[in-house]
Amino acid sequence: MNKEAIQDLLYKMADDALIIGHRNSEWTGIGPMLEEDLAFASMAQDKVGHAQALYQICHEVFGDKDPDTIAFHREEKEFKCCQLVELPIGEYDFSLVRHFLFDHAELIRYEMLTTSTFQPLAQLARKVKGEIKYHVMHADSFLKQLAKGTEESHARMQSALNYAMPYALGIFEKSEYEDVLIKEGVFAGEDSLKEKWLEKITAIVTAAGLILPNVIDSNIIYGGRKGYHSKYLEPLLDEMTEVTRSDPRAEW
Amino acid sequence: MSLDPRVNRIDLHKVGSEEQHTNSHLITWEVFHQEKKGKQVIHVGIVHAPTPDLALILAKEQFGRRGATTNIWVTKTSDVYSFSSEDEDIFETTPEKTFRNPEFYKVRDRIEEYQAKHKTV
Repeated sequence: MNKEAIQDLLYKMADDALIIGHRNSEWTGIGPMLEEDLAFASMAQDKVGHAQALYQICHEVFGDKDPDTIAFHREEKEFKCCQLVELPIGEYDFSLVRHFLFDHAELIRYEMLTTSTFQPLAQLARKVKGEIKYHVMHADSFLKQLAKGTEESHARMQSALNYAMPYALGIFEKSEYEDVLIKEGVFAGEDSLKEKWLEKITAIVTAAGLILPNVIDSNIIYGGRKGYHSKYLEPLLDEMTEVTRSDPRAEW
Repeated sequence: MSLDPRVNRIDLHKVGSEEQHTNSHLITWEVFHQEKKGKQVIHVGIVHAPTPDLALILAKEQFGRRGATTNIWVTKTSDVYSFSSEDEDIFETTPEKTFRNPEFYKVRDRIEEYQAKHKTV
């Protein structure tokens, strides 16, 4: 199997999970209500756990550095996350909509990976599918509630959707390894994922009374998968690595 | 979880529901937790939520994020009926009625005597 192609897939998935996990954890203590504060923080922890598991595969199978080193000691350019996950948390409407768009793609991606020819990833996908299913249930329930809530909550959800959509489509940015991954049966590909995702979210968004914005190709925000990031990633990494950089040899 | 058809199982995957989510105010829901299939479903606390869907979603992380869980129940606090606090004296003497507990009867000696006589195990 093509090592570089699989690593590319693992790193982009892991970096997405790590960065959105870190972002969503920023709501801890300031969430809209106690129960939701805890649920959102708990899901953020799950995301960091998924990143850890994926880095661990890179470490064990390909001899890459250990997960902590990969997570905390890389340059911004080396990250493969899409720009959607880098954006600041904004107000709760945006964070919920991002969570909705991202997690639906994540759930379908992992479902597709349960039959991957790369066994470690297929195993992980089978293990975490329940966790991500809950993340999607959470996102759907809140989206539905707020879209049908008050005039203000509806308008906020719609405008968050309009803002997030060009970034969300950037999730499916292809790498140079796309064809190899498909040919070797590792992953059925970003186009296939995107098609399933669009079908799923269109149904939910429409049923919630919202309109899925139509984004023309030239407005999709690409770059993240190739190391071109928004201005928000660097400060996030500075903050995330602040403690570990103060004493890299410390045992936790 | 029992297969009791009277329990409402919410399909949280359904796309769009006929039921309108008009309840925009938070109410409290009593949460019950089941650790294993076949075990009792035990009251563990409350959550605030506007709908049963969100009550379940939020209860999952409040009460099901540590240790084993097979299912969770929620019910509106307002659907719970209890005795009036003035009537709680109906329970006052219950702890004294030890004759209702099997341990009250010291029959062990007689059982052993019977078993010895009839050579049962």
